[in-house]
Amino acid sequence: MKPEELISMMEKARADSSAFEHEIRVCTESGCMSLQSDTLLKALGDEVKTRGMTDKICVKGVGCMGLCCNGPLVQADTAMYQFAKPEHASAIVQGLSTQPVAELLCNTQQPFFTRQKLVVRENSGHVDPESLVDCIAHGAYQALLKALTTMTPHQVIQEISDSGLRGRGGAGFPTGLKWATVSKAGGSDKYVICNGDEGDPGAFMDRSVMEGDPHRVLEGMAIAAYAVGAENGVIYVRAEYPLAVKRLTKAINLARRHELIGHNIFGTKFSFNVELRLGAGAFVCGEETALIASVEGKRGVPRPRPPYPANSGLFGCPTLINNVETYANVAPIINKGAAWFAQIGTEKSKGTKIFALTGTVKNCGLIEVAMGMPLREIIYDIAGGVPNGKAFKAVQTGGPSGGCIPAELLDITVDYESLAKAGSIMGSGGMIVMDETSNMVDVARFFMEFCMTESCGKCVPCRVGTYEMHQLLNRICEKRGTPEDLQLLKDLCGMVKQTSLCGLGQSAPNPVLSTLRYFEHEYLDLVNQTQAAHADQSPAATGEHIELEVLP
Amino acid sequence: MRPATSTVESLTLQIDGKDISCRSGETILQVARDNNIDIPTLCFLEGLTVWGGCRLCMVEIAGSPKLHAACATTCAEGMVVSTASPRLKEYRKMIVEMLFAERNHVCAVCVSNGHCELQNMAVKLEIDHVRFPYRFPHLEVDNSHDAMRLDQNRCILCVRCVRVCGEIEGAHTKDVKGRGVLAAIIHDLDQPWGESETCTACGKCVNVCPTGALTHRGTAVGEMTKKAQFLPYLTLMREAKS
Repeated sequence: MKPEELISMMEKARADSSAFEHEIRVCTESGCMSLQSDTLLKALGDEVKTRGMTDKICVKGVGCMGLCCNGPLVQADTAMYQFAKPEHASAIVQGLSTQPVAELLCNTQQPFFTRQKLVVRENSGHVDPESLVDCIAHGAYQALLKALTTMTPHQVIQEISDSGLRGRGGAGFPTGLKWATVSKAGGSDKYVICNGDEGDPGAFMDRSVMEGDPHRVLEGMAIAAYAVGAENGVIYVRAEYPLAVKRLTKAINLARRHELIGHNIFGTKFSFNVELRLGAGAFVCGEETALIASVEGKRGVPRPRPPYPANSGLFGCPTLINNVETYANVAPIINKGAAWFAQIGTEKSKGTKIFALTGTVKNCGLIEVAMGMPLREIIYDIAGGVPNGKAFKAVQTGGPSGGCIPAELLDITVDYESLAKAGSIMGSGGMIVMDETSNMVDVARFFMEFCMTESCGKCVPCRVGTYEMHQLLNRICEKRGTPEDLQLLKDLCGMVKQTSLCGLGQSAPNPVLSTLRYFEHEYLDLVNQTQAAHADQSPAATGEHIELEVLP
Repeated sequence: MRPATSTVESLTLQIDGKDISCRSGETILQVARDNNIDIPTLCFLEGLTVWGGCRLCMVEIAGSPKLHAACATTCAEGMVVSTASPRLKEYRKMIVEMLFAERNHVCAVCVSNGHCELQNMAVKLEIDHVRFPYRFPHLEVDNSHDAMRLDQNRCILCVRCVRVCGEIEGAHTKDVKGRGVLAAIIHDLDQPWGESETCTACGKCVNVCPTGALTHRGTAVGEMTKKAQFLPYLTLMREAKS
């Protein structure tokens, strides 16, 4: 595709869409699809057809609109409908020319919508992810065009560095620095990899980006490849996301057909090819060295670093690995400039972050907020607080690598440093809210079970340590734990954290450590209950005995 | 004319208070062992690629908050390494204790009793008991091969056998299945060893195994069979000669 063709294609698509009098957009991401939004989309299309209004009303499937718990969501001109079902199709179409359907209306003026700041998700809910034309109408590939035709790779890296963008996969490594390292690495063959192996319990931000705006991810990768000097890209998606795989496959095929990826993009010397690789269901493959091993066709286990992938990654070549959300931030930065991006967020954490709100809150779903928003505002204003008159107890951020933040720390802001200081991490963006009925020891046990079953088994501390910690947490939860068990658990936490090979093991004790830090009394309560129950019984009667093993 | 200087530089560093010089690119483990400083290892074996799985060789490097695996960390100029702090000793003990708790290591009836690297490691680290509850898993013994045997009960998953099979013998018969504590050594596509079509029966895996998990057949208790049948035959032959 030539640069002029992209512009004319955009203008034509915009003219075509403004020819419609009305537009109905139906969320067709996994959440709403599970509530038959695809049937609803078809019903709306049929309804428009039977009324003979196909030239006046545009009906399309779009990405996530955020309020997943009230799905399926439908946007019909200015009205947003919630809990829409196929039988409402006629009323919704009728409502376009008369009054909106009152009983389905969703208030878009509530804080859930007004407090958000959309950068990555600006097109989600507006574009049809399966239509390249629609994406181009909304500005897709403009940033790639700008980067390829008006900027040098060095300028692109400088722009990303100046924006202050940090990796959205969890650790928050400065993206510009990572790109610069890969661009300086020697060797002619380089790779860019997009990490879409989102596996934290309760997290679905990356899925939504891949399902709702796949071209934005491709565009970000292409710009990154241009910046670091790579010609090949790999998108690694977990096979548990079939819809994301389908949409990405379609996006890659369409972009390839229109020569937006391939040889000599926009008539420049830059060539870029992308292939999709599916994970086989291992959480540890989100770790970069394990991911690379998996792409190479090997068993997905991490290896010691250095060498870092930036020097020796996929097939031994310098490799840039970024998270889906990181790549999705690239196009807006190139389009609007580093200065624009840098004014969003805090001093050290720039831009926005998508969070997946789950647990006991009124509004579950996806939100994108500027970094630096206080947790209290997210949980009470945006998420609407804890329902059923229950009291808020803690919020778990960062998945199994993160920690639980108690009510008294709700005024901290969400940015990499504050969350780390509170004993948790930003992580990929899962936010699980728990009310007073949750037992924190049980929460720690849940995450430890997750880490235990997802440990790859390569290093001893993670393989056996997570198992032993899970056993100890089981004993404590079942009121069989002793103070010695609690001490052993603490010792194990330190050892596993310090000696494990990769991030999975190093962070596996975090849920225990953070609950011990803020909710130690719950552990002590359970242990004391064991003591009390056994106080009036002889050790033999309780069935508890100490096993002594003698080594030869 | 002298040739251009080679890319190998010499470095100086300090390990356990001792000033040491080494070549760039050498790992802390290599340099320490060259200088008679003992860093314990189980998965490391000279001649195989570095695995970094046992985590016994973790050392402290001044200025770094993290611990580093000596087998996988290359030396740098001015590095100050500590290999035997009380914390490291404690962690090593815990790791070896966890290995004992993980599977069924019963030294008294093991063919490797007395010359087992795991057992020796426990003695070296002064382990006198195991603080963790034992798992006592039910594990299989693969007795299907004519010449060798795999006893999963005694395996510590150091994967020396997998590495030697792939890297040195080039057969790649052995690999690992499963995750976490359920991970286990397999042959080909998890077939009985005796049915493997890729195994060359070279026996390298047996010789690199640190424990009694891989053994030659005929070495376990009760396996010594006598073959007295030779005698009548021999007598017969001698009589025929005379």
